Amino acid sequence: MTADFKNGVKAALPVVFGYFPIGLAFGVLAVQSGMSIMEIFLMSLLVYAGSAQFIGAGMLAAQASIGAIVLTTFLVNSRHLLMTASLAPYMKNLRPKLLSLLGFWVTDETFAISISAVAKQQQGKGYFFGLFITSHIAWISSTVLGALMGNFIPEPQVFGLDFALPAMFIALLILQVRHKKAIAVGIVAAALSIGIKLNVPGSWNIILATIISATIGVLIDQWMEKSSQSLSA
Amino acid sequence: MMLVTYIPRMLPLAVLSRINISKGVLNWLSYVPVAVLSALLAPELLLKDGQLSINLTNTYLLAAIPCFIAGIYSKSIFLTVVTGMGMVVLLNRFI
Repeated sequence: MTADFKNGVKAALPVVFGYFPIGLAFGVLAVQSGMSIMEIFLMSLLVYAGSAQFIGAGMLAAQASIGAIVLTTFLVNSRHLLMTASLAPYMKNLRPKLLSLLGFWVTDETFAISISAVAKQQQGKGYFFGLFITSHIAWISSTVLGALMGNFIPEPQVFGLDFALPAMFIALLILQVRHKKAIAVGIVAAALSIGIKLNVPGSWNIILATIISATIGVLIDQWMEKSSQSLSA
Repeated sequence: MMLVTYIPRMLPLAVLSRINISKGVLNWLSYVPVAVLSALLAPELLLKDGQLSINLTNTYLLAAIPCFIAGIYSKSIFLTVVTGMGMVVLLNRFI
């Protein structure tokens, strides 16, 4: 075990704690929507995406078509496209083949840890393996544990398990906000997302709101730069 | 589900790590996580059965307030999630 790997395992600790209530909640809800413990285990092993798994289990229970499940999953996961893209410039020290493998393990939580780590200093592959494998094991064990408990919990709402996903989004959002402009972009994205969802069918609200509000953020930056230049001139 | 989860995570890392990205694009990307998480969260909290629901019977919206406060002060995913779930339990009991 290298020092890098050990650092990665240590950095995974908040992810492990963060996954636990969410994984338990997913396991309980998935068993009650008709998935077997084996299916839940395989889903956590192969898909490894909290929000997509919640949505997938819900659609399986509603007997949605495979095509609809796959497309919805893709739309929900498309946010990782933007997350890994923002991680890429900091990981040029690693080989592309290795990055293709590491990408599998980039979740909302491991992204939040990774981006703040690489923003401070470049990290070796051992760090990422330690962080990612520890996190994945925590996700698999917490969802399977939830599945085992699922049969004994008749009403998951009573335990607030259905709020696990929104609460996770709140936590991830707070970790992302570093300055006032980010709050403005977040509010614009929230309003757009609701406005689009109420008026446009499908799950386009997430992608459209994200692209438009991030662009507005860039425009605010350019406008502020210009006005500060004209002040000093 | 595995492929459509894996591709968006893998492709940018494999491709973008090899080329240089302009400052403007990097700046745009820096806003994306906040934007995407807000876009995911807002409908969960403010919509109920596809309708805007901003009132005291919306337990998710009420639970979100202490959840945000816990997150801002603790900066911990675990404490935030546990506070949120705990608040929903309390609210379901009293509302």
